[in-house]
Amino acid sequence: MSTETAAKTVDVKGQNCPMPVIKTKGAFDDVSAGETLEVVATDSGSLSDIKGWAESTADAELLDQQETTEGGEDVYKHYIKKVE
Amino acid sequence: MSTDATAGSDADPSTDDLAELQAQVEALETELADLRSDVENGPKKMVIIATKGTLDMAYPPLILASTAAAFGYDVTVFHTFWGLEILHEKNSKNLQLSSVGNPNMPVPNAIAALPGMDRVTTRMMRNKIADNEVASVEELIDVSLESGVDLQACQMTIDLLGYDEEDFYDGVTTGVGAASAFQEMVEADIQLLV
Repeated sequence: MSTETAAKTVDVKGQNCPMPVIKTKGAFDDVSAGETLEVVATDSGSLSDIKGWAESTADAELLDQQETTEGGEDVYKHYIKKVE
Repeated sequence: MSTDATAGSDADPSTDDLAELQAQVEALETELADLRSDVENGPKKMVIIATKGTLDMAYPPLILASTAAAFGYDVTVFHTFWGLEILHEKNSKNLQLSSVGNPNMPVPNAIAALPGMDRVTTRMMRNKIADNEVASVEELIDVSLESGVDLQACQMTIDLLGYDEEDFYDGVTTGVGAASAFQEMVEADIQLLV
């Protein structure tokens, strides 16, 4: 899963709980069925929070979660697909 | 005629009885399917009663409320007594932390009770909140209202504390009381008192 295939990206770097989930939900509402949303966060809690949110959201399928480092900062990327 | 034979003929259902039973079973099945679909697909509901107005206690109800809204819940937060401070546009920006009686504070109670200590510990907490990039109370109120959370201010305590409806953030519901809060709690899946 790469950034190129995501229809939309929401950047929540520097934001802490509960903002990543709330911004994810807001952006996910604007994604069409079949499209994928990319969420870029620096909050390590977003790994379990966004996983939990996707599990509880009927039309959300968590495709992937990646941990990377950008400029010495831990970055967590989440890919959520809107299922039909 | 023996009793057995009578019982046997009574227990032997007629075609009409069977048809009636069949209809009843079908009606019950439909009703059950409707109830199931309501439970599974209908929006779930959470009600929080927020009674505290210190900086630290403003966060849990707002964080839970906005998060539950992101999970598709209908959320109502009923603010009463000092919980009103959270919705008070001016006071919410100046919520204080109490240093006395809080064993997590780095100062003993005798010192914490000195004049001005609450201001010192509040400033420490505010700096920590900013350093850790935690949202402000105002931001959480904004996202809660944007996510459709119903932030309610208890009318009785508005009057008791001498506040005016205009003192609260735009979008805050006023003119509500214990009965409406209770009614919402009855219908809710989750009820919390903070």
